[in-house]
Amino acid sequence: MNNSIFKIVLGRLSSGVSTLLIVSLVIFAITALLPGDAAQQILGQFATPEQVAALRIQLGLDQPAPLRYLSWLGGLLSGDLGQSVSNAMPVSELMAGRLPNSLLLAGITTVIAVPIALLLGIASAMCRDRLLDRILNVCTLSMVAVPEFLVATLAVLIFAVHLGWLPALSYVSTVEGVGDFIRIYAMPVLTLCAVLVAQMARMTRAAIINQLDSPYIEMARLKGIGPLRRVLNHALPNALGPIANAVALSLSYLLGGVIIVETIFNYPGIAGLMVDAVANRDLALVQACAMLFCAAYLVLVLIADLCAILSNPRLRHQ
Amino acid sequence: MNNSLLDSRRPSSEPESRVSAPQRHAKPFNLTRWVGATLVIFWLLVAIFGPMLAPHPVGALVADKIYSGASAAFPLGTDYLGRDMLSRILTGARYTVGLALIAALLSSLIGASLGMLAALAPRWLDESVSRLNDALISIPSKMLALVMVSAFGASIPLLILTAVISYAPGAFRISRSLAANIATLEYVQVARTRGEGKLYIAAVEVLPNMFHPVLTDMGMRFVFIVLLLSGMSFLGLGVQPPMADLGSLVRENIGGLSQGALAVIGPALAIGTLTIGANLLIDSLSANRGQQGE
Repeated sequence: MNNSIFKIVLGRLSSGVSTLLIVSLVIFAITALLPGDAAQQILGQFATPEQVAALRIQLGLDQPAPLRYLSWLGGLLSGDLGQSVSNAMPVSELMAGRLPNSLLLAGITTVIAVPIALLLGIASAMCRDRLLDRILNVCTLSMVAVPEFLVATLAVLIFAVHLGWLPALSYVSTVEGVGDFIRIYAMPVLTLCAVLVAQMARMTRAAIINQLDSPYIEMARLKGIGPLRRVLNHALPNALGPIANAVALSLSYLLGGVIIVETIFNYPGIAGLMVDAVANRDLALVQACAMLFCAAYLVLVLIADLCAILSNPRLRHQ
Repeated sequence: MNNSLLDSRRPSSEPESRVSAPQRHAKPFNLTRWVGATLVIFWLLVAIFGPMLAPHPVGALVADKIYSGASAAFPLGTDYLGRDMLSRILTGARYTVGLALIAALLSSLIGASLGMLAALAPRWLDESVSRLNDALISIPSKMLALVMVSAFGASIPLLILTAVISYAPGAFRISRSLAANIATLEYVQVARTRGEGKLYIAAVEVLPNMFHPVLTDMGMRFVFIVLLLSGMSFLGLGVQPPMADLGSLVRENIGGLSQGALAVIGPALAIGTLTIGANLLIDSLSANRGQQGE
């Protein structure tokens, strides 16, 4: 029995790795399909042919594309991500400097968003089709469709301009004590939480309602068990897998959300680094950041899948 | 006479969408539908007639004061150069709505037709196309857009192409599983036994029965594409000046945020009302359909 679940998990892992390989091929293909030439692009129109040729050799562009892909892939695996042209620094160094900031932002957002979302999701599943549920439904439905910069601008307008509680921009270098920490992180986290909570609450509600519709809950109701106990003791343990799945899938929203939030609040994270790299057409940096984000996304989806598999006894005992 | 054309049976189980699956209500709350429909129709009309109604030329510096508030001459204030915000929003909405509509239509058209053909195709072809599709789905749309723009630069055809590459795979997955469900139903098997060709089965037996779910799915894709494109414009990597969609308008005027300028809030609220309206409308329609199917 344990053998079969081991097989399923191993199968998922290997399909995740192969997906990541295809993704790396797609990203490399897009950036290698450049109509002109990266060397020409970097040096501008007025470069002499000799300069372009020299840079081509320096960048390894004189080699055929499949070979370049393999050496790029090998570099990714060994941690050598190439040289950032616009910053004249190794890509790995640049990314290592920014990554902890982004992880901290994502971590704080997760810690705050998950309990709120679970609470809202469970509450609206319990009050299904009553007023509270309908109000929450319209609110979350609206929130998932709102662009991050609307939430961010409204937050700045309310908390920084009208109330004057918080600064409009984030600067991580000036943290002194808990007060500063809250003042800096409040608005970026609030903005990210708004959409994340809405999405997670909707999926949690769906997962619990799915359980509430099943026969064993009807049985519990016929036995005379109250609604609160029915949800907490009966439905919730069985919905944990689907809920964990929903949480992991919702968290993948953060990967897109941080791009806007880090830009609008000048937060020195990895998404901001990538946006600058795109504006400067610093391809090595863009490729590395894109691979990092895609890998993170795949890991979250994989965790979601594994939660669903491990929590489903039918799949476990096949 | 072909009875199967009249058969309006729909697939009983719809595939779950990963993002905000539409949920069922006991009673459709019609207020949300009317609010949603009103907002969507309003923005469609603005996209069609807006540029004609603009009181001032879009690029003209008409006011002395920048970031001014609402006044009789400038109902939505002025922007960072002293241009009329109302005219700029009326014109910008055409880019936002138009680009997203084109991209959503193309994504659904390409995704749905390939998905339907994959469901009816030989197994090896179906499996390899689906595998590639799964890989494309696992690239977050903003990430793909950033990589595309860094390689090819931002232009309108490229933005549309990017949105299609990002969102056609989702449409493919959904229509493939819808078509695979329908293909097992009796009337399709009857047609197959009758000796009909694959294209006939796809066009006459399968397509009419998956039309509604695909349409709903296209609505969701429209919302995602509006968010993607205005997000890219907000980063300065989308629609480029002198053209401006609603996202570009937020970016241009972000300097006025610390003064609480209407020029930032206006276009941001415009996008919000468009996407919220579309989402409410789609949800109430699909909730209603779910109920009819019971």
